[in-house]
Amino acid sequence: MRKHPIASVEERAGSRGGIWRFASPPEFFRLCGMLAPWFAGGGLVLGIAGLYGAFFVAPPDFRQGEVYRIIYIHVPAAWMSMIIYLAMAFWGVVGLVLNTRVSFVLAHALAPTGALWCFVALWSGALWGKPTWGTYWAWDARMTSQLLLLFLYLGYMALVRAIDEPRRADRAGALVAIVGAVNVPIIYFSVQWWNTLHQGASVSLTKAPAMATVMVVILLVMTLAVWFYSIAVALWRARALLLQRERGSVWAQEAARRSLFKTPMRSTTRE
Amino acid sequence: MRGRHKRLVIVAVGVALLAAAVGLILSAFRENLVFFITPSEVAAGKAQVGQFFRVGGLVERGSLRREEDGVTVYFRITDTVHGLTVVYRGALPDLFAEGQGAVAEGVLRADGVMEAKRVLAKHDETYMPPEAAAAVEQAKRAAQSMKE
Repeated sequence: MRKHPIASVEERAGSRGGIWRFASPPEFFRLCGMLAPWFAGGGLVLGIAGLYGAFFVAPPDFRQGEVYRIIYIHVPAAWMSMIIYLAMAFWGVVGLVLNTRVSFVLAHALAPTGALWCFVALWSGALWGKPTWGTYWAWDARMTSQLLLLFLYLGYMALVRAIDEPRRADRAGALVAIVGAVNVPIIYFSVQWWNTLHQGASVSLTKAPAMATVMVVILLVMTLAVWFYSIAVALWRARALLLQRERGSVWAQEAARRSLFKTPMRSTTRE
Repeated sequence: MRGRHKRLVIVAVGVALLAAAVGLILSAFRENLVFFITPSEVAAGKAQVGQFFRVGGLVERGSLRREEDGVTVYFRITDTVHGLTVVYRGALPDLFAEGQGAVAEGVLRADGVMEAKRVLAKHDETYMPPEAAAAVEQAKRAAQSMKE
C-alpha cells in the first residue's frame, strides 16, 4: 500500500456509482463546470432582489433608523464566514479519512471566499458600530473571536501555499481547518456565554426571530444570495486548482486546451 | 480495521480531545473573557478604587442629568439590583438613552462614583419598524391601564 499513496476510493471512483464518482478529478471538474453557472445566476438574481429589498422595501428600525440596514450584508457575511470554515473542516476530515484529493481541493477553494466574508463581516460591523455603539471596535468576545477566524483563514491559506508538496500541504491545511473549527461555536455562542458589547442573535433556529417578518425575509434572501455566490466561486476556483494540480494528466491538458479555444466541454463525444 | 476506519477514529478522537481542552481553557478563563462587569459585582467589591474597569447595564430612568457646562453628564448604570453613578465628560453615542443598555469604561473614584473615559451604547437584538414599535408601546400602556 505504501507505494500507492492515493488510496482505493479514487482508483475505484470511476467504476463506482453515485456520489463516489465525483471523487475522481475529471468527473468532479465536469460537475463543477456544470453547477457553477447555475449558482452564479441564482446568486445574481437573489442578490439583486435582496439588495432592492434591503434598500427600498425594508422599513427603517424604530431605534436605529436607517443605519440598521447594514444588517442585510453584515449578518449573511458573518454566517457565511462561519459556515465556510466548518465546510473546510468537513472536507479536511473527509480528505484525511478517505484520502480523496478532490476533498482537499474543495477546502482550498473555499478558503479565500470564507476570508472575504469574514473581512466583510468585520468591516461592516465596524461601520455599524460607530454610529450605534459609539465605537468602531471593542475587544469583546464576539469581535475578538471573529477576528481570530480571519487570522485562521489567512493562516490556512499561507500554510497551504508555503508547502510545495501538494499532499503535505493538503494534510497540514486540513489540520488547521479542523483545529480552527473549534473557534466557530465560540464565535456563535460568545454573546450567550459572556457579557459582550455585541447583542445576541436576532434570527436563530431555536427561537422565533426578534425582527419584523419582512426584515427576516429580506435577510434570508440576502443569505441565500451569499450562499449561491460562495458556492459558484468555490466551484470555479476548485476547477482551476484541479487543472493546475493535474496538469500532467491527459484529461487536464485536454480540458485546458478546450477552454483556451473556447470550445464547450460538452463536445467530448464529437471527436 | 481498515485504513480509513482507523483514520476516522484518529480524527474523531483528536477532535474530541481538542474540544475538551478548549472547553477547559474557556471555563478557566471565563472571568477574564467578559467585556464588562455588572453594578452588583461592583457593589460586591470587584472594582478597586483607581483601577480601570468597564461596567454595563441599563441607564436608570430619570437618572440622566447634565451639568451647566453642557458636557458633563451624570447617570446611573443599573442591573435592577444595584446601581453605580457614572460621571462623564463628552458626547454620548446616538443610541444612548434612559432605559437602554450602556457600557461605561473608566476608573472608580474614592467616593464610589465612576469617572468614565468612554461611554458606549448597547442595543438589543430586536428590530422592527417604528409603527410596530408604537403599536407595542400602545398595547403595553393599554395593559397597564387595565391593571390599574
